[in-house]
Order: sequence, then structure tokens, then C-alpha cells
Amino acid sequence: MIQVKNVSKKYGEKNILDNVSVTFPKGKITCLVGGNGTGKSTLLSIISRLVSRDQGEINLVNQEIVNFKNRDFAKRLSILKQANHPNVRLTVKELVAFGRFPHSQGRLTHQDQEKIQESLVFMGLVDIQDQYIDELSGGQKQRTFLAMVLAQDTDYILLDEPLNNLDMKHSVEIMKILRVLADEYGKTIIIVVHDINYASSYADYIAAVKDHKIIHFGPTDEIIREDIMKEVFDIDMTIVDNCNNKVCIYFK
Amino acid sequence: MIRILLVLMLLILSFLSLFVGVKDISIFDIHQLDKDELLVIFVSRIPRMVAVLIAGVGMSISGLIVQQISLNKFVSPTTMGTLDACKMGILFSMILFPGSGMITKMVLSFVIALAASMLFLNISSKIKMRSLIFIPLVGIVFGNILSAISTFFAYKYNLVQNMEGWLIGDFSAIIKGNYEVLYLGIPIVFMSYLYANKFTIVGLGHETATSLGLNAKRVTYLGLGFVAITSTVVVLTAGVIPFLGLIVPNIVSLIFGDNLKKTIGLTALIGAIFLLICDLISRTLIAPYEIPIGLTVSIIGGIIFLVLILKRAKHV
Repeated sequence: MIQVKNVSKKYGEKNILDNVSVTFPKGKITCLVGGNGTGKSTLLSIISRLVSRDQGEINLVNQEIVNFKNRDFAKRLSILKQANHPNVRLTVKELVAFGRFPHSQGRLTHQDQEKIQESLVFMGLVDIQDQYIDELSGGQKQRTFLAMVLAQDTDYILLDEPLNNLDMKHSVEIMKILRVLADEYGKTIIIVVHDINYASSYADYIAAVKDHKIIHFGPTDEIIREDIMKEVFDIDMTIVDNCNNKVCIYFK
Repeated sequence: MIRILLVLMLLILSFLSLFVGVKDISIFDIHQLDKDELLVIFVSRIPRMVAVLIAGVGMSISGLIVQQISLNKFVSPTTMGTLDACKMGILFSMILFPGSGMITKMVLSFVIALAASMLFLNISSKIKMRSLIFIPLVGIVFGNILSAISTFFAYKYNLVQNMEGWLIGDFSAIIKGNYEVLYLGIPIVFMSYLYANKFTIVGLGHETATSLGLNAKRVTYLGLGFVAITSTVVVLTAGVIPFLGLIVPNIVSLIFGDNLKKTIGLTALIGAIFLLICDLISRTLIAPYEIPIGLTVSIIGGIIFLVLILKRAKHV
């Protein structure tokens, strides 16, 4: 469980997060949705200690996150930021292996090797595991970085727009994998997505962000409503029930 | 396999370098050297060979480290002002503490080099345009500013000729007794190897490194410390050897990738071989005179650098 209490963040005079409080439930997928520049990414960065906050409290399993040692924190929580990864010449397998760094500090054990192999299989990267990542397509590269996060094997996984660069097939595959991670491995996943239908189809909870605040938080079913969608995204949507699965239609 | 070949090559070249020079010592006389010849070998030839080896290894690894830290393949002690800062440090120690020894020069030069590297990294992290070529250009401008300041003071205190001495790298003056600070570079090489994984992770970006539980700042400063020490001792003994830290790591990266645990040894080997070859060329081309090695490296390195830019540019 991650508890965020009254967290605020300003860049200069500009409010990025305004007194945000939210609790992300354990073992579930929570999607952060909302327009550009509303502070979703910053919230993820603050929770993962990449960015400092101006005020407020954040607890990970009832312990304030600043009190964790770097290495211990990295064993519990991992984050993958929006894809602008540097052009490094590491092979797919080498990069994924660095996901084990918090556990083994570079001296890979038998168990590490198994985790690495498992992640490669999970992400369908076995065939290209010896290729350099600077020679891959955007989607393959994104999946490689996701595999690294999987190999890190943390209870909490934060993903900032992981579906960028991915085609529909791979996007759906990633979301299914995340479902498996939550349902079978009990991972807590917080993810920023832009297409509301990925959230409505795969998330357990949705947190809707607008004007630097979380204006709605609740089970997916309760949030996917025409009036709430209008309030969050400022566009009219028709919501269709497709066998227990709501789909928002917003192309007109 | 490649490693064995490179090691063999290094051994042969090192051995060869003992028998090149003004005093004619033939390889075939090795079992019957007279007293004079032994003196030359122990006082001049071996120190020179060792100096070339350490400088070659040290500057190449320094380049590799700063390229990881700055996430830019074209940053190196030459293109980020570190070498100019070293010169500045030596000059200032001559002005402030005239007649002072090697240690004073070394300490002041190290401090200024470290401060300058940190300042450069700070400036470059604030630049929005993160193009592969732009950052090193800023570094070159930065280095030139440092150099201009040094030149100003050098004129004022009549030390211009002294300055020129370290401007172009030259191993010809190295003899037993004046190059030993270079040995400080050896532990740095081993430390770099121990930190290889951490430098690789820092090269993945600040955010990824932090997510993997690494204190990226600490590793960055440590790396800059390594580079400042190595640059200082090399400039102090041999002078500025440009391009080495730029081209050697780039060639290794293109062929063998960026996993430092795998490539740091190769970088060291190739750096040493490259500098030995340049040194041999410098000593034989206009024998019995010598071309300063800085010049040889500049010409050969400049050409390779151009080829690299064209090759790397495709990946940007």
C-alpha cells in the first residue's frame, strides 16, 4: 500500500501538485488518467524519490519513503519513466540483467539468472536477447526496459506511459502481462495511460487528475461515467457496455 | 581471443620501444649490453615506456568514464576543459608558490581540474539542447576560456614559455626520478574496474540509475575524481595528450558495446597500444630528433575522430 498525504510540489511559482492525498491499494492496478501537464508524471516521480516534494507525507508499507536506504527502496519499488532512453550499446540481455542490480550488486547468482530469463520470456525478447538496444525498434526497446523493471522484481511497479511507442498488439500484451503480475504475483502497479479505454479495460482503480489535484478516485466501474469523463477530459464521451467492460467512445 | 592478440601486440610494442632512440641499442645485443647501455635502458627507456603505458591506459579510461557520466560519446577530458584546468592549476602553483615541488602542483592542479569538471557537468545538464555535438562544443569553449585566463596570467608573470611546455604532450624529457607521480594512475585504473557496473548504470540516465538504487550523484563525483587525478598526473609529467580519451573509448564502444565490465580492459589495452604506436612514430620519423607525441596523436587521432563523427552521426 502506498499512502500519499497532502503532497504539494511547485516549480518556481507554478503549482504542479496541489495538496494531493490518495492511497494506492496493494496488489491492484491503478491507472492515473488526465490531460497533459496536470502533474501525473510528477506524482509518480515523487513517489519513486526521483523528484523531491515541497510538503506532505508518503508512506510505503507504513514507512516514510525518505527513510529507506537506496538499495532497500530499489528492491521494493521500481519506476520506468517516459521513453527517452539514451542510446547505449548494451545487448537486450545485458540491460535486463541490470534490473537485478539492487539484489546482487552486479554479481549475478543462479536465482538472478532465472529471473532474467523469466523476464525475457515474459516480454517475448528471447529471440533478440543478443542484439544491441540501439539497433531495436521503438517498441522492442520499450519492451526491453519493461523487462528490466520486471527483472528488478519489486512489489511496487510504477510505469509512466509505458504504452508510448507500442503498437496495439504490444500495448494489449503489456496490459495483460501487468494483469498477470497483479493477479498472480500480487504486485501493486501504478501506471499513467493516455487512452482511457486501456484504463477502463485493465485497471482495478482509476485516479483522475485535473488542475494538479486528484479529483476522483475509485474502482474503475465507478469512475467510468459520462459526467466524470466530461469533467476530467473536457470532451463528450459515449460509454458503451461491452460484456461487463465499459468502452468510452470519443471520436466524433 | 582478441584480448590475447592485443596483449601480445602490447608486449611486442613495449619491447620494441626499449630499443628505439638516439643511442643505438640493438635487440640482438640484449645478452651482452655494456654498462652505458644498461644505464640508458634503466634511466630513460624503461621509464619512458612505463610512462607511455600509464598515460595511454589512464587517458583512455578517463574518456570512457566521462562519456558514461555525461551520457555523451563526444565528451572527454579534452573536450570538457579538464586538461586546460590542469594546466591552469600548474600555472597558478608556479605563480602562488614559486619554487614549490611536484606535490603542490599536483594538488592545486587536481583541485582546479575537479572543480572545472563539476562546473562543466553542471552547465551541460542545464542545456536543453542535448545534441551529441553541442555539449562537447560547449566544453571546448569552456576549455578555451580557462586557457585564455591561464595565458593572461602567464603573460603577466612571464611564464608563457613554461606554459608552452605542457601545451603539447611530449615524453622525450621523461627519465627516472621525474615521472613517478604517474604511478598514481595505476590504482585509479583498478578502482575504475571495480566501479565498472556502476558507471554503466549511470550511463543509462539519472532516473534509471536512481530506480536501480544507485546514488548517481556519488558515482558521478567519484568518476570525476578519478578523471581529475589521472589527467593531473599525465599533464604534469607528459603534457596534454589530446583525442586519446575520445577516440579509444568510441572505437571500443562501436565494436564491443557499452558494458564497462566487458570493455574497460579492452579500452585500457587499445589505449596503451595506440599511444605506444604514436610514440614509436614520433621517435623514428625524423630521428635523431623527435616529433612531440601530442602532435602525432593529434594528426592520427584527428583523422580517426572525423571518421567516428560520420559513423556515429548515423545513430543520432
